Amino acid sequence: MSTETAKARPADNRVAPPSWLRRYGSQLGIIGVGIAMWLSFVFAAPAVFTNIDIYKAFAQTTPQFGIIALALTFVVITGEIDLSFPSIMALGTATFCLLAQAGVPWPIALTGAFVVGAMCGWINGTLVARLNIPSLVITIGTSFLFRGLELVLMNGTGVPLTADQYPALHAIFREPVFGVPVQTLWMIAVAVVLWILLNRTRFGAHVFLVGDNPTSARLMGVDVVSVKTRAFMLVGVVAVLAGVMTSVYGYYFWPTLGDGFLLNTIASVFLGGTSVFGGTGSIVGSFVAAYIIGAINAGIVSAGINAFYTQLCFGLVIVLSVVLQTIIERRIRRQSITGR
Amino acid sequence: MSQANNGGGKAVPVIELRNVSKTFGEVRSLSGIDFKVYPGEIVGLLGDNGAGKSTLVKTVMGFHRPDSGGEIFFKGKRIDDWSVARARGLGIETVYQERALCEKQPIWRNMFMGRELRTKLGLLDVERMRAECSRLMSEHMGFTSAAVHPDNVVTTMSGGEKQGVAITRALYFDAELVILDEPTMGLSLTETKKTLDFVSNIKKAGKSAIFIDHNIFHVYPVVDRLYVLDRGKVAGVYDKSQITMDQLIERLYHVARTGTLS
Repeated sequence: MSTETAKARPADNRVAPPSWLRRYGSQLGIIGVGIAMWLSFVFAAPAVFTNIDIYKAFAQTTPQFGIIALALTFVVITGEIDLSFPSIMALGTATFCLLAQAGVPWPIALTGAFVVGAMCGWINGTLVARLNIPSLVITIGTSFLFRGLELVLMNGTGVPLTADQYPALHAIFREPVFGVPVQTLWMIAVAVVLWILLNRTRFGAHVFLVGDNPTSARLMGVDVVSVKTRAFMLVGVVAVLAGVMTSVYGYYFWPTLGDGFLLNTIASVFLGGTSVFGGTGSIVGSFVAAYIIGAINAGIVSAGINAFYTQLCFGLVIVLSVVLQTIIERRIRRQSITGR
Repeated sequence: MSQANNGGGKAVPVIELRNVSKTFGEVRSLSGIDFKVYPGEIVGLLGDNGAGKSTLVKTVMGFHRPDSGGEIFFKGKRIDDWSVARARGLGIETVYQERALCEKQPIWRNMFMGRELRTKLGLLDVERMRAECSRLMSEHMGFTSAAVHPDNVVTTMSGGEKQGVAITRALYFDAELVILDEPTMGLSLTETKKTLDFVSNIKKAGKSAIFIDHNIFHVYPVVDRLYVLDRGKVAGVYDKSQITMDQLIERLYHVARTGTLS
């Protein structure tokens, strides 16, 4: 009898590996949003959006915050947030300017700036990971600290960064390469390096584990403090890169550099499908999302729509995408692979 | 005094704790624990809730650092910079009570957690980890290769399957000493049987194990020696030959009531 019942119910737990859609759902989703938005722009203002100039415009400006979004993705995957990167951009670039003005050769001055960025990240990471202070709270504090230090150092004045004075910097960070905006080439290069770092190194693997369940990670020998600290240091270094690039683009280092970068950057990370709860996220998502946010800005203005609509449009795209992502994610999870 | 060879003719313990205490704030979880596991030996750890079993395990694993004065020896060598990574590097693996999985991650990431395989270039060898994970799942966990895929996230698995991942993970790395902290908790009858068979196999393979379980009927048949913990202290150590299961149960009741064995 019992064998009958067993036979009557054959092993029906045979399942396929998770589908491509399931594994890359959120990344495909954001790419879909990007394409849909682009098409609507093309329909709204064909004259503008069939012209290459508009693409050049936002290919120059988007990476200024997009590069930081790529690095910030690491910190968000570990379950933390960094709100101090705009100040690190400024402090790092100020370091570069001061060193360069003191006669230090530019490569060394730039290295010095990166070291300062890494140190800022180390301070953030140590306070968050070692002392267990919530990152939302402490990076607001360090944000004022770094900004304040920069303003004191610069005495509140800016520094011109002309092409005559810094030809090498302009060649690296401003001059297009065969017509392609160099900023976007930087963004692609940083994205490739960070993709490998996140998906093909032990550090990257640990970033996911730490964000998913820090206790489990520790029990299995992952150094949670070091992983989080390194993620914050990465944001620090990349923020300085973006800061120098942005300043060179504007031929001038403003002591207020970084103002207005905070929300764009964070929105890119979340719009890209990285979970605020930690443990999941992708570089591809942040990359595409940064360009979507960059395109909204450029698109609205050049489509001749009143610039007051920019924020409204921002809000709609971000809120709708995140809501859709969440719904799709739940859908996918409900048809759970083993049927449980 | 040489610490490398204690006990004369007797084998050197794989792991030895001497006078280990652990205090969390005002709570003393362990006090003055002396604990040894010899090669090829299965040691049972019994005790009520809060007796300090899990704290002891996490101290052996390097997750908790003992209070000063406590010493940890691995194969007779005193080790001062004890850490989880160090313990795992020396071949101590644990199946934790709480399983220690990262549930949003695919199975292969959990299987190789903290000890990811790398290529010669130092990059993660994701393909090899997927393939190895798939092999281990069908060979050791009894999954038909189609049933569960290495890329499935752990959340989608049943309790027994999750435990399977945790056990396979401990086994795969050819551990010298496997610690099982309440491995049968929440498992079905067949899954429990499989787990107990696994413990017996550890001994057959000449490896050591520490086996912790609330259920004395699970523990007694598979172990060689038993430690009874009570309120952070070793209340008694028995060779299985010295004590029957009934005597043991009686003593455990006695300990629970009075806090002493005598």
